[in-house]
This record gives sequence, structure tokens and C-alpha cells, in this order.
Amino acid sequence: MGKSVLRIVDVWKSYGELEVLKGVSFELMEQEVKVIFGPSGSGKSTLLRCINMLDPPDQGEVYLSEQNLMEPGINLNIMRANIGMVFQHFNLFAHLRAINNVSIGLRRVKGVSKEEARSKALKALNQVKMAEWADHYPAQLSGGQQQRIGIARALVMEPDVILFDEPTSALDPELIGEVLQIMLELAKTGTTMIVVTHEMGFARAVASEMLFLGNGVIVERGTPQHFFVSPKSDRVKTFLKQLDILYGSHKGLLKLSKEEEDK
Amino acid sequence: MNSIPKPPNLAEIGFYIFVKGLPRTLILTVLGLLGGFVIGLSLAIMRVYGGKELNWLASGYEKLFRGIPILVLIFLFAIYLTNLYEICIGDTCFGIEPQYRPLFGVFLALALRSGAYQSQIFRGALLSVNPGQEEAARALGMSRFQALRTILLPQALRLAVPSWSNEYAVVIKDSSFALTVGIVEMTNAALQISSNFVELWAVSIGVVAIIYFLLTYPITRLFGERQTKKLKELGMGGG
Repeated sequence: MGKSVLRIVDVWKSYGELEVLKGVSFELMEQEVKVIFGPSGSGKSTLLRCINMLDPPDQGEVYLSEQNLMEPGINLNIMRANIGMVFQHFNLFAHLRAINNVSIGLRRVKGVSKEEARSKALKALNQVKMAEWADHYPAQLSGGQQQRIGIARALVMEPDVILFDEPTSALDPELIGEVLQIMLELAKTGTTMIVVTHEMGFARAVASEMLFLGNGVIVERGTPQHFFVSPKSDRVKTFLKQLDILYGSHKGLLKLSKEEEDK
Repeated sequence: MNSIPKPPNLAEIGFYIFVKGLPRTLILTVLGLLGGFVIGLSLAIMRVYGGKELNWLASGYEKLFRGIPILVLIFLFAIYLTNLYEICIGDTCFGIEPQYRPLFGVFLALALRSGAYQSQIFRGALLSVNPGQEEAARALGMSRFQALRTILLPQALRLAVPSWSNEYAVVIKDSSFALTVGIVEMTNAALQISSNFVELWAVSIGVVAIIYFLLTYPITRLFGERQTKKLKELGMGGG
């Protein structure tokens, strides 16, 4: 872990009367995996949308590799190409085959040639084990397969960081494992990521830090060890207990090594 | 026609209508639809993405041209305003040749009116593209314009095909009003037969009715059903 990839400072965001984020700050280093969790409505998705400036914060600062994204006059399109995004509902381009879903960003945003974009896209599809589905349309694929293509679409741009917005929460239970497995492999190969998820097995295995978001502020932060052994606030304790009831059956979805299990 | 004393049979009537009338009917329909496409798509983009002023302008245009009968528009553009189709600077004039001015006027009337309706079709199609599509495009680093061009429009145009084929049916039928300004399209060709052979009035009108039907129904059905099925396969639109 060396240089800072992303630093957000005192970010505030409201929609009309509703204050969603009330001063959130954290820093993400290279190759770090940050897991954000918390009850719905706590501002997790809004936070991600503030980071890639699809919904710019009202107040505060967002630095991508020490470049302030809130600075007026900055080309946000160029900056966004460096921030990957994986959506809860996949949002694959419905009229494009898998391969073109992955290559279109390279072609249109980075101006890569057709052949090079195709070969890079195939490589990315291979990485998420979807190469043999390259010529299928999104609607012909399962949710898990679609999400893996969504990951490849983000990956192929070689971004500084990939944001995952509840990537498995729209999936049937039997499809969650294949997506988590890909994310686990990405994390192990040093991809810098921020993951909003309630899959605690995943968090335990790869998170360098976990943030518990509640009512627009970071209520508690720490290593997975901290959260699973000795969480401080009662709110976090109750929430984790509820998660265990809901998602307890997801244990075993991930093929973890012995060492990762013991963490 | 006047020199033929023997009344034509059914096949001859059909043939005459085709040879005499079909070219003008098709030219007016195709050009009217294409002109309407350019106008309609521009208006739809103005309405969905333009600011308040552009939106106001586009919706005003729609109201105006949807509120005037096609026949009135044809009289306006094919008779009253035909002098405008030629621009003279000094002694040199350029523009539409006088004999083509009524045809050009009917084309304008059809295109301007169809544009108002096509605007609604494309506006609805643009709005029914899932908002997540634009979000994903922007997240990849595309500008708003790039997202519109590479993601939203290709999807909206596919979604618009069934309604658009309906608009084709409207324009081809409305092109028959061109007969009122002396253009020999299919309806006018049928009337020519009936004015020469009064006893064939009902037959020639019946034949032209069937030709119109055969030119519209199979095509709207093909585009409507096929495309709806295709869209369903792509998981686009409500079905």
C-alpha cells in the first residue's frame, strides 16, 4: 500500500429537505478494499454517486489521485473513466452483445482501435469467466452472468478504483457465489475497490477496512476483526446480528482458503 | 385513356393505378416520413434534453401542427406559399421548378405534420429507456452527448419502430390528399378512370382502397409484431 487513490473530505449531500450525507471523510490507498455497510437509507449508494460525481456533493472535497474533482472546470468525463462502477441492477447496455458492452468504453471514451478494444474486452471477459458468452445479449444471460459482465466492463477501463454498489443484492441466492468469487479474485490481485455490500463473508475475507454508515455519518470503522469480535456501538451489534439471521445461510458461498477462513 | 373505348377490366384498373399513381404516392410517403423523422427526432431531443426555452419551442410546434387539418396544410404549402420556393438574388433565381411546387408543398405539409407526431413517438421512446443505461454510460466516462448517441438513441429508435410503422400508415394514406392540388397519385389515378368510365366509379375506388390496404396492413403488422418480439428478447420496453 503506497499512494492515496481516493480521499474524500467532509462530504455533505442532501436531496431537498432530506440530508443524506452529513460529513463523511475517508481515504483509500492503492490496492485497498473498503467495505461499506449499514441500513438502507443510510447514504451508501449516495456516497458512491458522490465519489464518481454522477451526483456531486453539496459540500466537501473528493480527490482522485490528489486531483480535486470539485474544482470548477475539471473534465469530469475523463475523471469518471478512471473510476469503475458496478451497479446493483447491472445496467448492461441492452442493445449490445456482451463483448460490445465491455469494449464500448474503450472505443468511445478512450479512442482505442476496434481490434485492440475487442482483444482487451475478451481478456476482461476471460477474467470474469464469461468469454464463451461474448456474443450473447444481456437479456439472454442470468443475473450472475450479467453482473460478471458488468464487472468486466468496469475492469477493462483499467480504472484507479472500482466502486461496487450492492453488486449481489439483486441476485438469486444461487447466483451470488459466482459474483463474489470473481470479486474475491480481483481483491486478491490488488484491485483497489470500494464495495457496498452486506455479504459479511466477503468482507471478512478481503476488507482492509469496514465502514458502518448510519444516518449519513460513519458510525464506526475498523478492520473486519474489530467488527466481528468486538464492535463498539449497540447499533452495529444489532445490525450485524440481523445480517447474520438474513445472510447467515450465505456462508460457504465463497470458496475461501483455510487462512482466509481463520481471519 | 380517352381513346380507349372498351372499359378496362379489374387487372387493367389496378395496373393503371400502379403505373400512374404509385410513384407519386411512394415519393410523398417516403420523403414525408423522412422529413418528419428529422424534424421529429430533433424536437424529441429538444423536449427531453433541451432547457425550458427549447422545450417550450418544441411543444409549441407540436401543438400547432397537430391542430391544423392536413388538407389545410396542403392548401397552405402547395398553393398559397408556393412563391417562397424560389429565391432570387438579382437576376439569378434558384429553387423548385414551377411544375414541382405543388408536389414540394405537399411533401412539406406531410413532413411538417408528421414531424409533430414523430416527436411524440421519439420522446416517449427516449423516456422509456431505462435511466440506468444513461447512468452506466456516464459512469464509463461518456459525455451526455456520447451517451445519447451511442446508448440512448440506438435503444430509443428500436423502441420506436412499432409506433413508427403506424406513422407510415398515416402518412401513406394522407398522401392521397395530394389529389386536391392536382398531383396524380393513386387516388387521383383511380378518379381519372372513374371520370372516363362512369360505370366503373365504384370498382376503381374499390381497387385503390384495396391497394392502400395491401400497402399498409402487412407492413405495420410485420414491423409492429416482429419488433415487439425482438424488443422483448432484448429485455427492452414494457413489451
